[in-house]
Amino acid sequence: MSQPPGQHLDFRELVERGEPRQIAKRVRLDRGFYLMCMAITMIAVIALLVLLGSILINGIPGLSWSFVTNFTSRDPGKAGILAPLAGSIWISAICAVVALPVGVATALYLEEFAARNRFTNLLRLNISNLAGVPSIVYGILGLTLFVRMFGLAGTTQDPALEIGGETYAMYYDVTGEPLRVPVENRSVTPTLETGTIAYMQRVLDGPDGELIFTDHWEPIPLTIVEDSANAPLANGVIPAVDAGLPVDYEVEKPWYYVQFPFGQTVLAGGLTLMLVVLPIVIISSQEAIRSVPGSLRSGSFAMGATRLQTVSRVTLPASIPMIMTGAILAMSRAIGEAAPILVLGVALFITDVPQTLMDPFTVLPMQIYNWSARFQPEFRALAASGIIVLLFVLLAFNAIAITIRQRFSRPLQ
Amino acid sequence: MTSSTPSDPSVPSAENSAAVSIPSPPADGVTSELCIRCRNLDGWYGDFQALHGIDLDIPENRVTAFIGPSGCGKSTLLRWFNRMNDTIPTARATGELHLHGRDLLDPKCDVVDLRRRVGMVFQKPNPFPKSIFDNVACGPRLHRRYSRGDLEALVEQSLRRASIWDEVKDRLGQSALGLSGGQQQRLCIARAIAIGPEVLLMDEPCSALDPRSTSAIEELIRHLRDQYTIVIVTHNMQQAARVSDRTAFFYNGALVETDRTERIFTNPTHRETEDYVSGRFG
Repeated sequence: MSQPPGQHLDFRELVERGEPRQIAKRVRLDRGFYLMCMAITMIAVIALLVLLGSILINGIPGLSWSFVTNFTSRDPGKAGILAPLAGSIWISAICAVVALPVGVATALYLEEFAARNRFTNLLRLNISNLAGVPSIVYGILGLTLFVRMFGLAGTTQDPALEIGGETYAMYYDVTGEPLRVPVENRSVTPTLETGTIAYMQRVLDGPDGELIFTDHWEPIPLTIVEDSANAPLANGVIPAVDAGLPVDYEVEKPWYYVQFPFGQTVLAGGLTLMLVVLPIVIISSQEAIRSVPGSLRSGSFAMGATRLQTVSRVTLPASIPMIMTGAILAMSRAIGEAAPILVLGVALFITDVPQTLMDPFTVLPMQIYNWSARFQPEFRALAASGIIVLLFVLLAFNAIAITIRQRFSRPLQ
Repeated sequence: MTSSTPSDPSVPSAENSAAVSIPSPPADGVTSELCIRCRNLDGWYGDFQALHGIDLDIPENRVTAFIGPSGCGKSTLLRWFNRMNDTIPTARATGELHLHGRDLLDPKCDVVDLRRRVGMVFQKPNPFPKSIFDNVACGPRLHRRYSRGDLEALVEQSLRRASIWDEVKDRLGQSALGLSGGQQQRLCIARAIAIGPEVLLMDEPCSALDPRSTSAIEELIRHLRDQYTIVIVTHNMQQAARVSDRTAFFYNGALVETDRTERIFTNPTHRETEDYVSGRFG
């Protein structure tokens, strides 16, 4: 081994041999770096403030209680946001209810139970990759998997399997009154004869002469007439030519009604969003579980706890605050997603609040997109109001999640 | 599994080992039953052999100290006594290891039941982020269902045995993380006691504590000696001398010698032991 240069010098001399750096210059550089970091942060903050400001200026005038309680309309003065608001809340709730347990269970499996082998490493790698997949791709997956179910179970209009719903074939009688005839399912064409019992909606006269449609359907015997020209003008009379194929099928849906395939329904939308956020939920839950110190696990195992007992009594309680933080981020993303819902092909003009899992829906980002794409400035102002409502819903969801997080992580008294 | 070493004919087979006095009587002159018996125990982490043919008897209701330089295998051996090495996928062991005649290396050995009988206290205090009460109560709750009153009594008695009751009795509902390090370690001892073990394994229980907390724990160990078989790993030779009845000296994964503590510290058989206990190396 050769001697390094400077070996002959004594220690003090060696220390002093280095070229001195100017202290003032180092301090200036340090200060400059600090200012640069702050300036870059400010760019983001200012952009956000400008955005929020312009939305508030445009949107606040359009905000009113009727904006929240009205359905959408061609008249911007009457248009409201009730249907997309309800739709967003519905599908976010479904998304959270499905994605959280599935995501946390997956994370627990990967972190606490699965052995580290080639298969589980591949699984971990793929989940990380899935988190980066554009959400529109999940929309296509949701369309195939939930809306159409690969076309294996009939079509959306003619589902192969329906649970709980009552199906009716719709006909019009000579007075133009809709009548419905109960059938087994939508593929059945009923044979109408004179005397067949159909049902007619009871309509009441309102105090100002308007008609009030009730949910009550009254039985009425049908009369099938051959000669449509001379048919008596009465309820329940159907010309033979119209008594063949029904005009439409209608399904009375109890709350537990399910059809396969799901079609463009709340359930399909919620599950599609679940696909979008699931990788995020899994990864953040994995990180949360990993952050629990191994000494706590050892402590639990050393007392004779099984893996399930360790997970349920030590690991999960200790990681729930962090899991909830991840869930908040995931839900914030879910509620703002328009692309995957767009791909599902949901109708935009919805004038009903979804009542069951099998009702059609639309979401706030879709409605906002639709309004902002119109050329009338009134609609674009509505879009700004819609964004304020969306932000409000987002904050409300976050508040709920933060409350849950606080409950679990509250320092013990 | 290999059979017991032929060089030691006084050691009987595992089947009746529970009722046998060990060769050298402990400090108080009263013979003690055999609790843990190791014969020709080899331990590996992957390809690395951490334990080389350990032959060791651990008497019941005595304090046995494991001393030796870092990496000599004393903690590894301790972690085989309650199969905590199961959590390390590459860890394996061959040879004989019996606790009261029960084969601990048997793959069919019920580790849940084993760990209920063999409690463990770790190097760093590891209380759960729960209340003081729940920290002690969680162990018993794992294994049995208790009425509230019984559980409260059990928690109190466990805390009393761990000499920490007077310090925490007024704040059982508060977080255990608010206790000092020494209190946390005594809480962990109470937690280990609460499930009613026969054996307490302590892996350097005082290494993260200040001298006052250390002497509190040592006092506690002397106090627990009558009811539990205690095995303590320590780097502190004075501690081993103060609390233990028997001492085992390990070096490079092998057991160099084991004897009554005062003999190890005053008149050891082996040169390495003498060098280590006198501070000449290690």
